[in-house]
This record gives sequence, structure tokens and C-alpha cells, in this order.
Amino acid sequence: MIANQIPITPELVAQHGLKPDEYQRILDLIGREPTLTELGIFSAMWNEHCSYKSSRIHLKGLPTKAPWVIQGPGENAGVIDIGDGMAVVFKMESHNHPSFIEPYQGAATGCGGILRDVFTMGARPIAALNALRFGDPKHPRTRHLISGVVAGIGHYGNAFGVPTVGGQFGFHTRYDGNILVNAMAVGICRSDQIFYAAATGVGNPIVYLGSKTGRDGIHGATMASAEFDEGSEEKRPTVQVGDPFAEKLLLEACLELMASGSVIAIQDMGAAGLTCSAVEMGAKGDLGVELDLDSVPTREAAMSAYEMMLSESQERMLMVLDPAREEDAKAIFTKWGLDFAIVGYTTNDLKFRVKHGGEEMAVLPIKELGDEAPLYDRPWVPTPKAPVIAASDVPAPASLGKALLTLLGSPDLCSKRWVFEQYDHLILGNTVQRPGGDAAVVRIEDGPKGLAITCDVTPRYCENDPIEGGKQAVAEAWRNITAVGGRPLAITDNLNFGNPERPEIMGQFVGCLKGISEACVALDFPIVSGNVSLYNETQGRGILPTPTIGGVGVVDDVAKSATLAFKDAGEPIILIGETTGWLGASTYRAVIHQREDGAPPPVDLETERRNGNFVRGLIAHGKATAVHDLSDGGLAIALAEMAISGKIGALISALPEGIPAHAALFGEDQARYVLTTDDPEKVLSDAAAAGVPALCIGSTGGNALTLPDGESIPVSDLEHAHESWLPAYMSGALDVSEN
Amino acid sequence: MKSAVILFPGSNRERDAARALKAATGRESEIIWHGETALPDGTDIVVLPGGFSYGDYLRCGAIAARSPVMEAVRAHANRGGLVLGICNGFQILVESGLLPGALLRNSHLKFVCRMQHLKVERVGTPFTRDYRQGQVVEVAVAHGDGNYLADPETLARIEGEGLVAFRYCDASGNHLEGSPNGSMNAIAGVYSEKLNVLGMMPHPENLIDPLVGGTDGLGLFTSIAGGARAA
Repeated sequence: MIANQIPITPELVAQHGLKPDEYQRILDLIGREPTLTELGIFSAMWNEHCSYKSSRIHLKGLPTKAPWVIQGPGENAGVIDIGDGMAVVFKMESHNHPSFIEPYQGAATGCGGILRDVFTMGARPIAALNALRFGDPKHPRTRHLISGVVAGIGHYGNAFGVPTVGGQFGFHTRYDGNILVNAMAVGICRSDQIFYAAATGVGNPIVYLGSKTGRDGIHGATMASAEFDEGSEEKRPTVQVGDPFAEKLLLEACLELMASGSVIAIQDMGAAGLTCSAVEMGAKGDLGVELDLDSVPTREAAMSAYEMMLSESQERMLMVLDPAREEDAKAIFTKWGLDFAIVGYTTNDLKFRVKHGGEEMAVLPIKELGDEAPLYDRPWVPTPKAPVIAASDVPAPASLGKALLTLLGSPDLCSKRWVFEQYDHLILGNTVQRPGGDAAVVRIEDGPKGLAITCDVTPRYCENDPIEGGKQAVAEAWRNITAVGGRPLAITDNLNFGNPERPEIMGQFVGCLKGISEACVALDFPIVSGNVSLYNETQGRGILPTPTIGGVGVVDDVAKSATLAFKDAGEPIILIGETTGWLGASTYRAVIHQREDGAPPPVDLETERRNGNFVRGLIAHGKATAVHDLSDGGLAIALAEMAISGKIGALISALPEGIPAHAALFGEDQARYVLTTDDPEKVLSDAAAAGVPALCIGSTGGNALTLPDGESIPVSDLEHAHESWLPAYMSGALDVSEN
Repeated sequence: MKSAVILFPGSNRERDAARALKAATGRESEIIWHGETALPDGTDIVVLPGGFSYGDYLRCGAIAARSPVMEAVRAHANRGGLVLGICNGFQILVESGLLPGALLRNSHLKFVCRMQHLKVERVGTPFTRDYRQGQVVEVAVAHGDGNYLADPETLARIEGEGLVAFRYCDASGNHLEGSPNGSMNAIAGVYSEKLNVLGMMPHPENLIDPLVGGTDGLGLFTSIAGGARAA
């Protein structure tokens, strides 16, 4: 067993991820040298992952309020009101560092953690999504990481019993050393039955529920708060091991316990385990907490206080129970075969006391553990403005059709069927729109109401212009929800960046937040929960700035939601929004010319709102038979996806005037949609009245997509190009070195 | 029509099964905890739902097959009562010996969730009276261990006695290139000798609604309900 009273050397402090001035802060705060357990507690509370010490100062100004927001950031998850007495609880969180070290368990426990965040608040999870970023397909680790992450997410979500309905999946060499695994969960509960973390009442029992505590995951959050170096492989023991079976039992037991009325407060044990959960429950309720570790269920013998306080063993919860209902609560947990132990009490002295073997191992001021965490206003420099690249300066391809097939089969734009078929996306019987559309649509119980859910960000835009990139991520989430007919309500953000101690990285962070903020305000789309993941950097090379936005909207009648598949032959195709042929930072330029430079397309939020509201209105009135938003790859990719999905071709006879054809087809101007209708006169006249640019560009029909230059590509060829790359790559059949 | 859905620790499609039964019968199912030793009086059909009972630890369905409630399920089946095992429920039925064969890891070693066509191989059973012989239906599959295997004698007997309930096929009912799991003879579901116990890997309970993929699965539940009404 590790002794509790050992000299605290500078080396020991450094091993705990604490800087010398941070250690001095501890000494000043408690007026003495900490015990080893106390040092561990400080390292758990004051690391970047738990304390947000580099980001807090910038997160304060984010728009988090709206009349429909019940709970904004600061709880386990955000909560919004969707009417009819129902609330949606959702959040996204990263598990980047552990997933790189051990992809299967890292991704699995990422799912487990976010599901727990949602049901901790009393909501039953009804959908999961994930945003994944991997390195260059040519990188020797990429296939291994993909297969592990996808299997891990599937393993956890499938067994837990939540449909995994959508997300993002992309590649870039800047993720070679740091992949991103951002997991989002969405749950439903009655709006008057939401559970919070703040403890109330002195002398109430604190109950430990769920799986036993082991030695896994010790220092996991500290590991996730540092850059990787060549020794990162050695950090595998800091990755937790997931047990979705235990989580499923925990879900059912917790919801049953909550329904019984015996829960006063509840907090899941996530990052920094017992330490973080106990401190938060006390601090939020202005109470002290006394824990007796002799009562903690352990799965290994002779665990020290230090190990128990820092373990990140999964599938565990902490609750404050109504003392009068203790026996009922215990019976529920015993029925589900889970551990139930009273491990402490709330106190009135605002101290966090930890006892073990009859000895006091830690006595710390509970409020200050959180409130007095270091706060940094790190120096930052704005990202230099990228030059605007004119369409005429980007060479046209020899064949538009061949360029389209190349883009459709490129790693970023190809079908992700290989991934989503490993996720159970149909369980619960409410998946109205499956993976592959603009947003997933999940019906709530027997309907008619449903949720539209999406994850979005375009990292190469954020790299070239963090402000426009941040705006675009929010706008695209808003647009994807709109494209299925949903009313966008709120977002969760997962801010993935490199090392914040570098001013240019901090500049990306500040810029993206500014853009996100502006878009949230302009689109009435507040942030209700989120997570910051910094230090996604290996040997001085950071990831692309990747602020993933998880958006949630409500669809009033899922029977009226729009899908992207062409429905019938002979329907006019209408392009909504203004096309300038913006090829700077476009997928076309990246894939065809291997150039990613240039200013990204600007986002005009007023236009975004006007065009989106117009399209949503068409859907609500049954005037649009198919709708797709335009994003990566532009108009040509959108048309191809609509054709593939509907197994119907199209003849494109007109494009916006005065723009080179390749720029009109592949440009990525924002605030645009393409739709089909059986009433084109009405759509065009309504658009004109609303001040929304609308242009009839052709009509559906036949077995091929025919471009304005006469080139005709069979839909079966489009589908083959779209579906082939990922399965071939993952089977090892593809020689990527020549790709 | 009285139905009981068994809840094992780790079951996760019990609500889906109960919903399909309600859609077909108009009545709520009773959810029965695996620790019970008796079924409710007058139970017409027992459903063992999909999921990951006991986390699929040891072998899929192996631990659940030894749950207290399974003795009551066995007695119900021996009396001629209807038993339907879906996905993990099918695995539990083969592990408990109520159905022949075994379900191994999918041949491609991955979990597979997708829409899948099935051919109705035998009509006129309590589960298929609302389908046509040879009808092709489209339902969901979602499993990691659905690779049906039986020894040669058993397989010959199942085929000879017409105990194959459903077979994976393409949209036209023909041989399917790229089986979802590598099952022998593309078997997706089998009956007991007396045709009162059916186990199947696909999920008809998720295909009962035109808004959520179609209604091809509903026939199985209306068949059960119709049979109970006729009896």
C-alpha cells in the first residue's frame, strides 16, 4: 500500500501534472504540505480536463440562454424544453487521448461516460451520435485505430441498447498522432423530473452505486491534459475498461430509483472518479462531504486511499438519498445485482474529508477545490487572414464527371456505411431517418413529435479562418436540422484543439469561440452543454482546430420530415441560396489539387436564417419532396447523393450564370439547399417574395446524372464510387500508397 | 391474447417486442423478471426479447438459459404454448435446448445492423399464417452472433421436416450474395418440431410502422394474435 505521508518532492508534483506555481497555490491554500492523497485530489481537480483552467475565461461569454433552456452548462448535461411536458437532455464529450492509446476501450468508455451523463439527470437515452477524426489513410496506424474505435463504440452502444443514429467521420494527416472521438448522447424525460448534482441537507447518506472500484483509469484525466510524446504507449494503464452490461443495469436501476422518489442528488463518476463527483455534489450544495473509504466496494485487495480517490473505474454513481428511503433504494439495486454502499455523509463544515482504515487521509476545503483552481488568461495571437481565392484561379478538371466520381469516392466524402452498419441504429423502433441523411430523425415515443440531431464542423475552414469556421460549424448544424424540417433549438459543443500554451493555438480557440458565439446568437441556437479537449498535440504538431457542434431540433410531426432521396421522375430541381462558386478551402481543391489554402466561404448569418426559414416552411407545407443541404463538395455531391439514395437520375440543364461550371458544381457557398418539388411555380414565387435566391436547375428522371456539359454518369456508377472506398480500405485490399 | 415478455439482465429490446405485440393484439404485455418461477396464468405467448443478456459473457444466451424463469418457459413450450425468441432470445432458446443448433460469431467477425430481406419458408404455422408461402419480407438484422450452425444430421432433419422458418435472401427471394452472418443454408430462423417455438435472428418487432422502415414484421405478430383469437 502507498504511504500517505511521504515528502512531496518537485518530481512528485511534476508527475501529477502540476506546475511549480500551481503547487505553491496549494501550499498557500491549505497552509501546509499536502498528503499524497491530497496531492492526488488536487491533480484530479486542477488538471485541464476537469478545471477548464485555460478555457474557462473564454467560455464565460458564450450564449447559453433562451426561453426553452431549462439547464445550461455546468451540470452533467444540458436540458431543453420541447413542450408537452417533455425535456431533452444532451451533451457531447471527447475521449480522444484514451482512444488513441487503446482505441476499443477508449471509444467504448467514451460512449459509456456520455450515456451516464444523460441518465444521471433522469433521462432515458434515445439516441447516440459520434464525431470521429482519424489520420491520413496512408498512416500505418489509421486502419487499426478505425477498426478499434468503431468496434468499441458498437460494443458499448449496441449492448446498452441505444440507437447510434449519426455523426461525422473524417480523415486528415493532422490527426495522425491525435485522433478525435467525440461522443454525443440524447435522452428524454419529463420536464418536471430532472435530477441535479447539488446535495442538500446535512447528515444525509452518500451512497455509492454500480460497479466496484478497481485500479483502472488512475490519472486518466491528467493523462488527457497533456501532449503526447514517444512514450505515450506506456500510458495504456490509464485507460479504463468498459462494461456496457453493468451500465445497462445501472441505467435501469437509477431510473427505477428516481421514479421511487428517494434520490436527492446524483452525480456520475466520470473523469477523476470519486474525487470529482463527491466534491461537486458537496460544493454545488454548499455542504461538506465526509467519505469513509473502508465502505467503498473494491474489486482488488489492499487498494490505498490514493488509488480509490483517483480510480476511473466505469459504471459507478454517487447519490445523496432521502434517509427514510434507504431500504427501498437498496432493494432496487440488489434486484439489479449492483453494489450499494453508504460511503459517507454530507456535513456542515464545508470540508472534504477522506477516511481510510480509521485514519484521516485528506482534509481539504471543498469549495476552494473547484473555485480556486488555477485560471489562465493564456496569451494568444489572432490567426492571420487567409487570402480569398478566385474561382477563375482554380483549374477546371478535364472532365466534370470524373472529378465528381473522384470526390464521391474520396475518404472524406465516401459512404460511411461500413461504419454505421456496425452500430445498432434501429433499436427502440423510432429511427425515422437513419444514418446517411442531413440529420437523424428520432421519434419520441409514439410521436408525432421527434428530434432532429446532427454533429458538424469543417476543420479545414477553422484552420484557415477560426472565426468563419466557428460560425460555419454552428450554421451547418442549424442547416442540417432545417433540411429535415426540424426547428433548431440548442447545441452542445466539443472543442478539440492543440496545446493552449502556444499562442497561435489559443488564437484558434478564441477565434472559433467568437464565431460560434456570433452564430448562436444570430440563429437563436444557445449552447447548453459542452466539453473542452486541449493538448491534442504530439511532439509539437497540433490537430486541426475542431470545435464539433452537436445540434438538436424538434420536428413537430415526423411524418412530414423531409429526406434527401429523389422521390419521383419528372420533378423540377431547385437550388436555394446564392452561388458564387467559392473554391477556397473546398473539398474539390483538397482532393483534386491537394491544396487546402485560402479563405473558407463566408457565413452570412442573416442569409442563413432567411434561406433556412424559407426551406423549413416549404417542408412544413408539403411543398418539398426531397431536400438536401449543400456542404462539402457543393452542389454536385448533393445531387449525386440524392440520386444514389433515390435510385433516380437527373438532368441538370442550368447553373448559376457567370461562374465557371466546376465552381458552380463544387463550390461551397453557405446557406444553400437543393430540393425537388411538384409545385415549382409556387416555390419560385414564394422565394422571390421572401427575398431568397431560387433557381430551377433541372429535373429528376432516368438512370443517370447528366451535367450541363452533356456528360452523363449512370447512377449505378455514382453509387459504386460512393460505396466502394471504405470497405476496400478497411479490408486491406486498397493500396493506399497510390491512392 | 395474453403475452409475456421476459426481462433478463441486459435485455434491451423488451419494449420493442411489447410494442409490436400491442400493435397486433391491442393489449399490453406483461414484463416478467427472469427471477420469477412462474408465468402469469393464461399466458398465450412468451417472448424472449433481443439484447445482451448477462453482457453476452461466457456465450450469448448461455447464462440466461439457466435463469429460474426458463423452467416455466420450458413447461409452457412442452404444453404446446407459443414461444418466440428474437435475436438474443433465439440464442437463449438454442442454449436451453428448446431449439436445435447453435449461433456462432458472424463469419465476418463484425456486428451487423442493416435492413435485410427474408423468405418465408413455411406458412400456416402460428407465427406465419398472415404471410404467403415464399413471400419476401424486409426486416432489420442487428447482431454480432447470428451465424447459425447445426451438425449434418440435425441440419438434414430441420430441412427435411420443414422446420426452417425464414431464410436470408435478396430482394427477389433468390440466393443472397454476402450473407449477414454466414449461417448454414442462409437460415435466419427455425421452429421446434411441434412448430410452437420459433427462434429468429432478425427483428420483425422493429418493422411495424410505415414511418420507421415499413410494416413487413407486423405479420408475424398479427399471425400470433389471429391464432389466439381463433383458438
